Amino acid sequence: MKKTSVSRALFELLSSMRFAISLLTLLAIASIIGTVLKQNDAYNAYLNQFGPFWFPIFEKLGLYAVYNAGWFLTILAFLVVSTSVCIVRQIHPMTKEMRAFKEHARETSLRLFKHHAEFEIGDYASAEQSTRAYLQQIGFSSRENPREDGLLIAAKRGAWGRWGYFLAHGGLVVICLGGLLDGNLPLKLQMALGGKKPTQGNQLIADIPAASRLSEDNWSYRGNVFIPEGRSSDTAILNVADGILLQPLPFTISLQKFHIDHYETGQPKRFASDIILTDKKTGQSLTRTIEVNKPFEYAGVTLYQASFDDGGSKLSLRAWPLAGGAPEDIEGAIGEQRPLKGYTVEYTAFRPFNVENIAEPPADSQSALTQFEAHLGSAAKRTEHKDFRNLGPSLTYKLRDSAGQAREFLNYMLPMEQDGRWFLMAGMRESQAEGFRFMRIPVDDAGRVDSFFAIRTILLDPKQHERLAQRFAKAVAQVDQAANPSADMQAKLKETGLRTLQLFSLRGFESLGAFIDKSIPEKEREQVAGNFIQILKSIVWQAWMVAREEQKLPALEPTPQHNAFIGDVLNSVSDSFHYAAPVYLQLSQFEEIQASVLQATRSPGKKWVYLGSLLLVLGVFAMLYVRERRIFVLIKRDGKALFALSSNRVSLDVEREFAQHRDALRQALNTPAADSMKTAP
Amino acid sequence: MTELTRAPTAPAELLRRLGLIDWLYALALVAGAGYALMHFCGFMDAYEKSFLVLAVPLFSWLGWRWSGLRNMLIAAAIAAFASITLYAQDLGRAEKVFLLKYFLSSQTAIMWMSALVFFATGAYWLGVVARAQFASRLGSALTWSAAGAGLTGLLVRWYESYLISPDVGHIPVANLYEVFVLFTVLTALIYLSYERRYATRQLGPFVLLVISAAVGFLLWYSFTRNAQDIQPLIPALQSYWMKIHVPANFIGYGAFAVAAMVAVAWLCAERGILKAHIPPLEVLDDVMYRAIGIGFAFFTVATILGALWAAEAWGTYWQWDPKETWALIVWLNYAAWLHMRLTKGLRGAVLAWWALIGLVVTSFAFLGVNMVLSGLHSYGSL
Repeated sequence: MKKTSVSRALFELLSSMRFAISLLTLLAIASIIGTVLKQNDAYNAYLNQFGPFWFPIFEKLGLYAVYNAGWFLTILAFLVVSTSVCIVRQIHPMTKEMRAFKEHARETSLRLFKHHAEFEIGDYASAEQSTRAYLQQIGFSSRENPREDGLLIAAKRGAWGRWGYFLAHGGLVVICLGGLLDGNLPLKLQMALGGKKPTQGNQLIADIPAASRLSEDNWSYRGNVFIPEGRSSDTAILNVADGILLQPLPFTISLQKFHIDHYETGQPKRFASDIILTDKKTGQSLTRTIEVNKPFEYAGVTLYQASFDDGGSKLSLRAWPLAGGAPEDIEGAIGEQRPLKGYTVEYTAFRPFNVENIAEPPADSQSALTQFEAHLGSAAKRTEHKDFRNLGPSLTYKLRDSAGQAREFLNYMLPMEQDGRWFLMAGMRESQAEGFRFMRIPVDDAGRVDSFFAIRTILLDPKQHERLAQRFAKAVAQVDQAANPSADMQAKLKETGLRTLQLFSLRGFESLGAFIDKSIPEKEREQVAGNFIQILKSIVWQAWMVAREEQKLPALEPTPQHNAFIGDVLNSVSDSFHYAAPVYLQLSQFEEIQASVLQATRSPGKKWVYLGSLLLVLGVFAMLYVRERRIFVLIKRDGKALFALSSNRVSLDVEREFAQHRDALRQALNTPAADSMKTAP
Repeated sequence: MTELTRAPTAPAELLRRLGLIDWLYALALVAGAGYALMHFCGFMDAYEKSFLVLAVPLFSWLGWRWSGLRNMLIAAAIAAFASITLYAQDLGRAEKVFLLKYFLSSQTAIMWMSALVFFATGAYWLGVVARAQFASRLGSALTWSAAGAGLTGLLVRWYESYLISPDVGHIPVANLYEVFVLFTVLTALIYLSYERRYATRQLGPFVLLVISAAVGFLLWYSFTRNAQDIQPLIPALQSYWMKIHVPANFIGYGAFAVAAMVAVAWLCAERGILKAHIPPLEVLDDVMYRAIGIGFAFFTVATILGALWAAEAWGTYWQWDPKETWALIVWLNYAAWLHMRLTKGLRGAVLAWWALIGLVVTSFAFLGVNMVLSGLHSYGSL
């Protein structure tokens, strides 16, 4: 007895509206968590974000994958159970209600209706007829109950709208159950019952143990297939918590070509993979192109264009040692790691082109009217200043020292123009959080960096300083012939040149600046700095000439271009003290190899979710827009008629309809039959 | 309240009532769709062609049922057609031809829409505060004009995008700027439909406030960020789904916005503010319910369409992306609202406050998610 009352109470609770609304609210609030906290990120990122104290607590709460957490699924399960119980509870009363005409209603209860009216009837027999005719005309089906005092006609319309309740709520349950099939519950079960365990770290696919490989028959999964151009793959990788699982596919996909098309503005226009799919069982092959928004389904597995990556582009590089010495040609590939001068170089990314907006923003001096007018006209004109340039290929790599510290480098392959001069941009940053700082390496008349590195080597070589100072003094003396240079003067010039160069070789302009700040009075600093620059430029020129002599090249005439060049070399050499790397890697050639990332999905719940959605939509529209109306007309032999109207929804429509039917019926019933015949046109 | 007593028209009666303009209007729709099918066949896939064909009966029916809408659609179509003719396939003419520069180019039309919305708001307020019938009627006329100007702007923008380059061309419902114009037009139309149905112009002042706010945002967005520049579509957006998912969503958002502003009117009236100037509480309550009902129905459809699209573009119909999750939260919120009203019979202040808070939640789902949270819907970002 007690047991039934407990289960009765549970049934009452589950089917109560209060409980259902609470669940809806709870679900909404719980859902917010996952939108605020980034989901399924790397565990390290969470550890950094929350620290060692909160990280495990949040992990236990399942906050890193809220929507797969046990407690979240429990709320959903309760919602499904509660909705189902509601449906079960309503089946009997609702179907009864839908079928019933309630033709046995009593007069007293009809008089209790909010909408009822009484009127005189002209003629009993014709009143019956007119009522039937009217109800038929307005599309109500009716049932009659002859009784002692007359006739009760009970009519209804739109009662089937109550089906909407079952459709909508049933649809919701079907959607949730379908979603459950596609969620990660099946995977969790396999991990718990089938002993599957995600693997961590960088292993080759072949080395991954069987415990981390799922069965080919697995009926619900979602994973990524990474395929470089010209290669093939038959395995999808599933990311699970902080590891991966392998999912063998029933076919092999080989990628022939990956396409990225661009708009004129450089934005991507189309991602597409040309694949050949070979069925493992039948050996049959198909050729297909998979694009974004155009997936392809085969053997119950749907393939989507999910992403793309570098597939190991081949690189030819020239390594310019910054400590001096001859450059060295090396080979590399994206994704590779190789030792380099005591460091490890990691080639991380290659881009065949970089389209950037290099336009300067317009001056803010426009009048309000001009600004307003700029916003009239067609939306096709570019109000924003845009000047798209392709900056050419670029390479990103990291240099990691023996302590594991890495700096990131971004080098462009082609020189860029700035103020009429050309530079190769070499970017560097200490961490991902910073932007790249660029060393601008000036290129010579031949468009090469050779001159720069040759000059720099000589300039920073202490063994050359004496020689450069000597040449500098001599050159100055030659120019100032008229001033009758004495040997003393020459020695002084040489000393100045030598000191300046030695100072510069320490930390570039930084050490020069420090010297000036320390030993020159404030008033004279600007002039002295100018002198230093002049001296250094002359020395750079000498270094260039020395370099050319060593390479057996003819000397050059000083021209404004050359003058600008040595100025740039000077700046760049100074900057190079902050370029914390043993080498500069110049990209000389490349062969781009792209990789496509396809998503492979087996989603058994999809059709159920779609079916549920259809039911839900039908149900919602039926519930909101099919109005149930019941009309009762009690025609009494005593010459009176009672009219009552009821509806399952309270709205102003009901008032309107009531008034309309009341007036129509009053007119139809009140007129004696004979009269209506006469007055009819 | 003569309009209020009009019973829903049966199909047969509707057909009987149709006049010459109605038939010409339907004929123009058929001709327009036929022309598009013949000349621009190559730009549409099978789904898009079927949308075009289905649009003919849909818009015929809407226009037949609602002559105001029919007239506005005819006017906007004529304006857009005039604009296209004046353009003569040359974008540069927007700067030279007077009519284009000051009336019919997309940006100018949208500016007109913005101005008209502000004027309409003023007229409605004058009408309700001073009980000036004329001002209220002017408010309606201005709101209709604003909707027409906005629609013209969108249609012309659609054409302009193809003038940039055929591969850039796309329906203007693809970024935040474009959907704000769409929101303005749809919310105005949803409001006007209630104005007609309930034969009252006294809700205009309230509803036009939220439309004005949207227009204010639109102007800020356009003047400070140059958001109006037409951008080409990224691959994920190149789908026929966009053409139905986005408008369905904005019917939902628009209806929720109308409901919230009616709730404001309700709360004002309950406190005696303007009580004598606005319709009785029962009417406000009814409008609020109707708006939330239609909004909920369309939002349900839109979310499901979004799921179907997601399944095609991202490989899964639901992945708890912030935008998806917030759509669910909005849906749950209004589902709870409807349950409370329909099943529990709740009425009054609680529902009004709830509808107002609903708009805050909806706005966050619409705007806040793009501003604050990251996710797959980032093309809608600020």
